[in-house]
Amino acid sequence: MELRVGLDIGSTTIKCVVIDENNEIIYSSYERHLSKISEKIAEVLKILKKDVLNGIENVKISLSGSAGMGIAENCGFPFVQEVYATRIAAKLFNPETDAIIELGGEDAKILFLNNGVEVRMNGSCAGGTGAFIDQMASLLNVSIDEMNELAKNHEKIYTIASRCGVFAKTDIQPLLNQGGRKSDISASIFYAVVNQTIAGLAQGREISGNVLYLGGPLTFISELRAAFDDVLKTKGTCPKNSLYYVSLGAALASDKLINLDTLLEKVSNYSHLGNFAFRPPLFNNEEEYLAFKKRHDQAQVAIYPFEKLQGPAYLGIDAGSTTLKCVVMDEKKNIYYTKYMSNSGNPVPLVKDLLQEIYELKPDIQIKASAVTGYGEDIIKNAFKVDFGIVETIAHFMAAKKFMPEVEFVIDIGGQDIKCFKIHNGTIDNIFLNEACSSGCGSFLQTFASALGYDIASFSKLGLFAKRPVNLGSRCTVFMNSAVKQAQKDGASIEDISAGLSLSVVKNALYKVIRASSPEELGKKVVVQGGTFLNDAVLRAFELEMGIEVVRPNISGLMGAYGAALYAQLMCENNKESTLISAEELEQFTHKIQVTNCGLCENHCRLTINIFNDGRRFIGGNRCERPITKKVVDNELNIYSYKLNLLQSYRDDTKGKRGEIGIPLGLNMFELLPFWTVLFNSLDIKVIYSPLSSRKLYLYGQTTIPSDTVCFPAKLMHGHIRELIRMGVKKIFYPCMSYNIDEKKGDNHYNCPVVAYYSEVINNNIKDLKKENIDFIKPYLGIHRHKDFASKFYENMKPHFPDLELKEVQEAVKNAYKAYDDYLSKIRIKGDEIILRAREKGKQILVLAGRPYHLDPEINHGIDKMLSSFDVAIISEDVVSNKVKNKINVHVLNQWTYHSRLYYAASYIRNQKDMNLIQLVSFGCGVDAITTDEVRDILEKANKIYTQIKIDEITNLGAVKIRIRSLLSALERKENQNGKIKVR
Amino acid sequence: MEKLKYDKKTGRLLFTKQMRRDYTILFPMMAPIHFEILGKVFKKLGYNCELLETNGPEIAQTGLKYVHNDTCYPAILSIGQLINAVQSGRYDVNKVALMITQTGGGCRASNYIHLLRKGLKKAGLEQIPVISLNLSGMEKNPGFKLTVGMIRRAVAGVIYGDSLMCLRNQCRPYEINDGDTDRLVKKWQDEIVSMLNQSKGYKLKEIKENLIKIADDFHSLEVDRSEKKVKVGVVGEIYVKYAALGNNNLEKFLEEENCEVNLPGILGFVLFKIDNRLEDIKLYGGSKIKRKVCQILMDYCLKVEDALVTSISRYDEFVAPSRYYHTKSLVDGVIGYGTKMGEGWLLTAEMLELVESGYHNIVCTQPFGCLPNHIAGKGMIRKIVETNPKANIVAVDYDAGAPKVNQENRIKLMLSIARENLEKEKVNI
Repeated sequence: MELRVGLDIGSTTIKCVVIDENNEIIYSSYERHLSKISEKIAEVLKILKKDVLNGIENVKISLSGSAGMGIAENCGFPFVQEVYATRIAAKLFNPETDAIIELGGEDAKILFLNNGVEVRMNGSCAGGTGAFIDQMASLLNVSIDEMNELAKNHEKIYTIASRCGVFAKTDIQPLLNQGGRKSDISASIFYAVVNQTIAGLAQGREISGNVLYLGGPLTFISELRAAFDDVLKTKGTCPKNSLYYVSLGAALASDKLINLDTLLEKVSNYSHLGNFAFRPPLFNNEEEYLAFKKRHDQAQVAIYPFEKLQGPAYLGIDAGSTTLKCVVMDEKKNIYYTKYMSNSGNPVPLVKDLLQEIYELKPDIQIKASAVTGYGEDIIKNAFKVDFGIVETIAHFMAAKKFMPEVEFVIDIGGQDIKCFKIHNGTIDNIFLNEACSSGCGSFLQTFASALGYDIASFSKLGLFAKRPVNLGSRCTVFMNSAVKQAQKDGASIEDISAGLSLSVVKNALYKVIRASSPEELGKKVVVQGGTFLNDAVLRAFELEMGIEVVRPNISGLMGAYGAALYAQLMCENNKESTLISAEELEQFTHKIQVTNCGLCENHCRLTINIFNDGRRFIGGNRCERPITKKVVDNELNIYSYKLNLLQSYRDDTKGKRGEIGIPLGLNMFELLPFWTVLFNSLDIKVIYSPLSSRKLYLYGQTTIPSDTVCFPAKLMHGHIRELIRMGVKKIFYPCMSYNIDEKKGDNHYNCPVVAYYSEVINNNIKDLKKENIDFIKPYLGIHRHKDFASKFYENMKPHFPDLELKEVQEAVKNAYKAYDDYLSKIRIKGDEIILRAREKGKQILVLAGRPYHLDPEINHGIDKMLSSFDVAIISEDVVSNKVKNKINVHVLNQWTYHSRLYYAASYIRNQKDMNLIQLVSFGCGVDAITTDEVRDILEKANKIYTQIKIDEITNLGAVKIRIRSLLSALERKENQNGKIKVR
Repeated sequence: MEKLKYDKKTGRLLFTKQMRRDYTILFPMMAPIHFEILGKVFKKLGYNCELLETNGPEIAQTGLKYVHNDTCYPAILSIGQLINAVQSGRYDVNKVALMITQTGGGCRASNYIHLLRKGLKKAGLEQIPVISLNLSGMEKNPGFKLTVGMIRRAVAGVIYGDSLMCLRNQCRPYEINDGDTDRLVKKWQDEIVSMLNQSKGYKLKEIKENLIKIADDFHSLEVDRSEKKVKVGVVGEIYVKYAALGNNNLEKFLEEENCEVNLPGILGFVLFKIDNRLEDIKLYGGSKIKRKVCQILMDYCLKVEDALVTSISRYDEFVAPSRYYHTKSLVDGVIGYGTKMGEGWLLTAEMLELVESGYHNIVCTQPFGCLPNHIAGKGMIRKIVETNPKANIVAVDYDAGAPKVNQENRIKLMLSIARENLEKEKVNI
């Protein structure tokens, strides 16, 4: 009997099969390897030798799997690439298969087997893999099985950004905090995985026919399969041995006899090439560590037993994203009670228990005032009638000042957020929050610690005396997984990796979030806080990287709560009683949740309505105040809303004697809508625009997107085009435009490459265009050359509208340019009016700056509406960019029309006391890597605060809200140095 | 340090004539064969140029420290390499200047020079002048002028480099005596430098003669072509396509996997950039004089190209590069000639050219989030594969955070398919 062996070393597990000459499995094993790869392989081989192979000396064996590559090379295993292995197995066992979807620990793959073999694997993104689902399950505090069970009872699906676990977390956390049902969230997570897999991997190729589901997640999670079935409109099969296809393929591909003993010897001796980049140790010896400990033990606030508390007390709660913290202090700011617990979702029951505990332990407590901060601020404040709500940044600042009155820089690294800010003249000046990335946070360490079988504290401790901390650089958690794997492959020890990860957390925080290059930039007086800094290794790494000594308060993890308590003390008025729920009321307290969709505007926010026992309600998930107050938001001072209405007014009403033409309403077509409408209407051609973007429209086009890293506004174009086709339009006009209108503001007047040529991508990736025989018109047009434009346009359109005359085109073009100018001047006039009215009323004016297509509510996610709710006026960059008459000098090549406006707008507001700028940046926008630095520079030179908001598919505005509130309160503090802080 | 002079209008620090005398000019590595020649030629012309051959992880780290992390990887690496060199202590920071190319297109790459200046400022090295190397007349410096003579030498350097690269790639995998091919490359590099430095070897006639001699020499190498190897073409964003630092030693990896590699040459990119100006005029209108000037330059380069193609076509065992206009014709109906930013339509065309010349297996390299590549690279692969079922293309992103092991795994997958196809081919024969 001839046996063949296949091993599959995946990112988290090792799978082994032995097959006989009939390709029947006679042995299989499936285990986690906890990254001890060579040891585990040796173990598996020994078992094989002893129990299965019965004295066979030479055996046909091969290895597969991404984590096995290095060891295969070094030990002389024949290696089979894992996707290729899957294909071999599927071809044999399921020859009728058309497509395979295989999800693994960190990999996701789609194989197309019919009509030209194509294989796709996730490259730079691990969103939508097993690791992602694990992360989400731990966020929900359930096991994978429980999650699957929960999902069976779902009622609705939330939109969860699936690009990356980080984004998904920012979507899920608020849902939990606002009381979203776990069953709905579980199911939504599975749908997010499906969307990620399809969007990221299908790349324009339709998944249809017989679909095979392989790999751990799809084998174990029936609801995930159901979600795939639902989205793909098919019924896929999860075959027998679905976990083992890679190892089966490897076994099938084995054709060389290998001596088992030699192999075993090589594997056992395979250690470690020691070939990885490393950094100096965190501590060279015990003495160094002790001195370090001693220094940090000095930053103390006194903590006394609870029963010693006398007189009025102040309660501070920090309902953070992954933990809940609470502090009770007395008039002298000494602490008597602290609580630090992990928050497994909805903070309401936790706070209830907590308050109950306080009232029980100290029945005579007189709480004078209370305040709450953090993600859960709104709901906790409402549920328990807490006196004050305070934005996190301010809370942390207040606490930091207590330890270092002259503090210049505060950095707080929590579970999944980094908050840091500079303090300038006693006010918060520059705020950095991580929005797109949680790689500089505690959850990052947490992930690795638990993957390697440790808790975070002991894992981090391992690194203190590591001899050669791995240099892992500064990158995303997902990438880091593979980097760690590589380091392990190269022989790094757990200690080296632990120390390396601590260094990485710090680097991510410094270079990705704050983007500092030297300690001088941040100031010499630094307070560090947040749970992550409780790890000495991280603290040490921070000091080493910064080259300075910093202060870590003994209540480092409680600073938000302490700050809230301090704030409560500062704000409370002597003769007023606290509104906080009393012990008696607390006993009656109940809390119910209903989920619904708001129908009051096009954002369709998913609302969670919390109903408390006394009939009070609290609504979460809303962007604006409308569902709460039922009042229409005052959009009078919001130019975004004006612009959107103005664009609608261009919808044409011509008969269209010459026929009709469809135009997708996205990217640069936003600003050029008046231009094209008037141009075509003047030629008696009816223009049909695709509707405003929506989630549904996005999903409709999603399967045709070839590059998963292109910006969201570009991705939306696929939906617009498909929608136009669905609407029955036969001619679609979407020109390529290298150049934009020349506004004489810079060295050139380009569009960015994506805006310029996206119709080429559309043309080659949306099959419906051919299938439906659409006349897709994508000429290269230069609207920057007014004189040539008419004849060039005529040349290009003549084949599609043969009876066009040059003369009428010339006339129409004139009208079009005029319409474009009129459109812009209308916006500027309205903008000026808003400025005037805001000034009359003494309101702050915010320039919400971005691109014309950031007007799309699906792209800006209603940020403008949210801003409006803070009682400020909103204008856009094009309102003020023309107010600077002279050419300005910038330190970049100023060559894109839309981007030039940003520099000019920033430059203009330098001298406008009541104006500030917020820049919207689409995730993945390469050009904004250049503009953001320059805009920041222009503003900071004028002592203005720069605020950047990264937007993507992301739909929750929690982080954005923190930013805006911090900004507004910083602005107010700037104005009113001596007064109390007024926080919105 | 020489006296620092600034441009009156923009305030930019100038590279002065005085500096030219005693400053060392550093420039970052891209395509080794070409750049080594160019560096030595510039040196002879009175610029104390030094090509940076440094590598190692600290280059990317330096880049990340001084350049916006979301910027493209080539910027992070080339700026990292420059600043890392300046900080290394090997040079007098008051007697050093930096040189970097600038294309002036609508892609981010035109901004590298500004990002470099910002980086220098961050590093406290504002006294270091930066020279823009470009053909568009941007950023003039009193101490650095591109003369016609320099341009002609540069064009010659590029064409010799293309020839050597093309032939080396087709010989080295098959050589019988280890190192023969590389020795021949080195010999010719030296000879070319010495010719150019004696003001020889850059006239068209001389170029023709030399290219033939080069092809002859490579033809006489002892090779064994009996084993059919997997043929892999590499296209992509120009920096990560050529620079080993940018693509994690892709060429070496592929050779170790027993492949024959084909990197389309740099001359095609030069032609593309000139042609863009002509296409612009055609598409949008523009001055006739400008068109004339570009056409002259274009015609000259096409003649040089002809010399290259002719020289290599003389031998059947070599696959000569396709002619520019032929390559261009391949994308007709696939992507418009107005797509000019970055590598533009040329990237798509090179994939089609490779498929046509028998290199069905292609690695399409790009920096993570490269904007033009969304269009001309990833955006066109679908279409290419649809119309050329044999095409086997893998797109690989390069980035400071993308680990080598993932990239190699993806490439290995492509190679598995390639080997399977090769086996089928053998069976069919």
